[in-house]
Amino acid sequence: MIQGPTQPTESISPPLPAIARGRGLKGVQIRQIKSFTRAMLFLAPSLAIFITFVFIPLVRTFWLSSYLTNPLGKPTVFTGLGQYQRMFSTPELGNSLLRSVLFVLETVPATLLLALILAVLANQRLKGISIFRVVFSITIAVSSATASLIFMYLYHPSIGSLNYFIELLGGTAVPWLTSDKTALTAISMTTVWLQLGLNTVILLAAMQGIPEELYESAMIDGANGWNRFWGITLPFLSSTFFFLVVVDMLAAFQTFTPIQIMTLGGPADSTNLLVYSIYRQFYFNGNYGLAAAQSIVLFIIMLLLTIFQFVFVERKVFYE
Amino acid sequence: MNHSVSPNRMWLNIVMYALLILSGVAVLYPIWTAINISMLTDQQIAAFPPHLAPTSLYLQNFIHALQQAPLGRYLLNSTIQSSLVMLGQLFTASLAAYAFTFIDFKWKNVFFLVFLATMMIPWEATIIPNYLLIKKLNWTDTFQGLAVPFMATGFGTFLLRQFFRTIPRELHDAAVMDGASDLYFLSSIVLPLARPALGTLAVYSFLQTYNQYLWPLLITNSPDMRTVQIGIALLQDEERFMFNTVMAGVVIILIPTFILFIFSNRQLIRGLTAGAVKG
Repeated sequence: MIQGPTQPTESISPPLPAIARGRGLKGVQIRQIKSFTRAMLFLAPSLAIFITFVFIPLVRTFWLSSYLTNPLGKPTVFTGLGQYQRMFSTPELGNSLLRSVLFVLETVPATLLLALILAVLANQRLKGISIFRVVFSITIAVSSATASLIFMYLYHPSIGSLNYFIELLGGTAVPWLTSDKTALTAISMTTVWLQLGLNTVILLAAMQGIPEELYESAMIDGANGWNRFWGITLPFLSSTFFFLVVVDMLAAFQTFTPIQIMTLGGPADSTNLLVYSIYRQFYFNGNYGLAAAQSIVLFIIMLLLTIFQFVFVERKVFYE
Repeated sequence: MNHSVSPNRMWLNIVMYALLILSGVAVLYPIWTAINISMLTDQQIAAFPPHLAPTSLYLQNFIHALQQAPLGRYLLNSTIQSSLVMLGQLFTASLAAYAFTFIDFKWKNVFFLVFLATMMIPWEATIIPNYLLIKKLNWTDTFQGLAVPFMATGFGTFLLRQFFRTIPRELHDAAVMDGASDLYFLSSIVLPLARPALGTLAVYSFLQTYNQYLWPLLITNSPDMRTVQIGIALLQDEERFMFNTVMAGVVIILIPTFILFIFSNRQLIRGLTAGAVKG
C-alpha cells in the first residue's frame, strides 16, 4: 500500500497576539473563504457527477419506491410502504431474497477457502513462483459475461466436459443448469471462479505483510509449519479475511450477469436472485415502484454490511 | 531464508510444485476450454469423449464469429467507452485528490466522507432513476450515456490521495511562495511524480468499464452501439449450438484484457490491494 510518513492535514494557525486579533481574524476568515472556493473548484467535477448520478438517483429510488408508476416510470399514485408490503407478501419476491441469501452462503465461504489455499501456495519461496502468482490472479481480467459463456459450455448436458470428468472419476452426471436443485450451485461455482483472482491477490499481499521475525522467533521456539500457520498466519490475516467476507458478500448479492446469460432466473425461479429480479420488474414488467423498493432493500443490506465492516476494520482509514 | 537443501526440504519443494501446478491447471482450465473449443470443428465439439485439446490450428470459427457479429465494431465501442471513463476518472480524481491533500479548507473531512460514501452505494440502488434519466436526456445509444455516469470515482480519489500524501508538503509550500498556481503545481510536479498511481487507476478503470455488463445492456439497443460483453452474449443467443463460434468470439474479446493484465500486473495489483491491506 502506498503510504508516506504521516503529515499534518490541517494547518493550525498560531495564536495571534492580542493587538493583532481584531484585524487578523478578518484576514483569517477571508483566507478561509478563499481556500474553500479554491477547493470547491477542484472538487466540482467529481461532485457534479456524484450528485447527478449517485446522490439524486439514490433519493429518487427511495421516492419511487413509495409510488405506483405507469409503464414509463412516471409515479402516479402514492402508496407509502405499499410496495414493500407487496414485495414481502409476493412469494416470488420473497423467494428471490431468500435465494440471494442462500447464494451468498454457497459462494462466499468456498471462495475464501479456495483463495486461502492458492495464496498459501503462491506465498512459497520457490523458483518461478511469480508465474503462478500471475496465473492465480488471472480471473481478475476475465469479465463475468465471458466466464458465464465458458461455464455454460462446461455445464452443457451432452457436450460439456465437466460431466465427462465427473463420470470419469466415478460420479454421476449432474443436470447443472437444467434442474432447480443444481442451477444455483452452478451459478455459484462460476462466481467463485471469477472472484478467486481478486481474493487470492489480496490474501497474498496480506501474507507478505506479515513480519518475518514472527516466523523466525516461532521457529526458534520449535513451532512447525502447521503451528506457524494457525498461530501466526491466520490471526494476522483476520482483518483481511473480514474485509474479503464483506467484499465477496456484496459481490454475491449483486450477481447479475451469469444469471442473465445462463438461466434467466430459472429453472422454476431457483436462480431469480435480487438484482435479476429488480431488472425483470422494471425493465420488462414496468413495475418501477416495486423494483425501486427491492433496490432499497438491497441497498440497506449492503449498507449494513459496509458499516459493519467500517466500524470493525476500516476505522484506520480515517484516523491514519 | 533457508538455503541449505536438505532432502526433507527437497521433497517438500516437489510436493509444493505439484500442488502449484495442479491448482494452476484447475484455475486455467476454463480459459483453456475457451481456447480449445474455439479451434474445434463442428463434428469435434459434438464428439464423445470430448476433445480436451485442438488437433490442428483450425481458425474457421474465428472467421465465422467475425462474420456473424460485428466484433470489430463492438471492440471499438468498448475501447471508446473505457477510454472515456478512464480519462474522465483520471481528470476528476486527480483534481479532487489534490484538494484533499494540498488545500486546507473547511469541512474537508465531511467532503472526504462524501467521496468515500459513494463507494458504499451499490449501482443497483441508483440504477432505475439513472436509466430513466438517460432516457430523458436522449442519451440511450450514445457514448456519453455509456461513460459520463462513471467519470468520477471515490476509490480513485482515495487511491491518488494516498499517493499525493507522500509528496513532501514543503514542495507545495515552496512552489506557492514562488507564486505558482495550484494548477501549475498539480500538472508540473504532482502528476509527474504520481505516475505509478495514475497508471494503477488507469488500468483499473479501463478493465472495470470494459467488463461492464448490466449498464450497457440497459442503455444500448442499436447494434452499432453495443459493447463487446453484450455483443458476445447476443452471439450466444443466435448460435445456440455453435459453441466453437461463441468461444472464438470469447477468445477475441479476452485478448485485449489479458494483454493489459499481463503488462500492468504489478500496477493493477497494487491498486486492488490498496483498499484491503494496511501497511
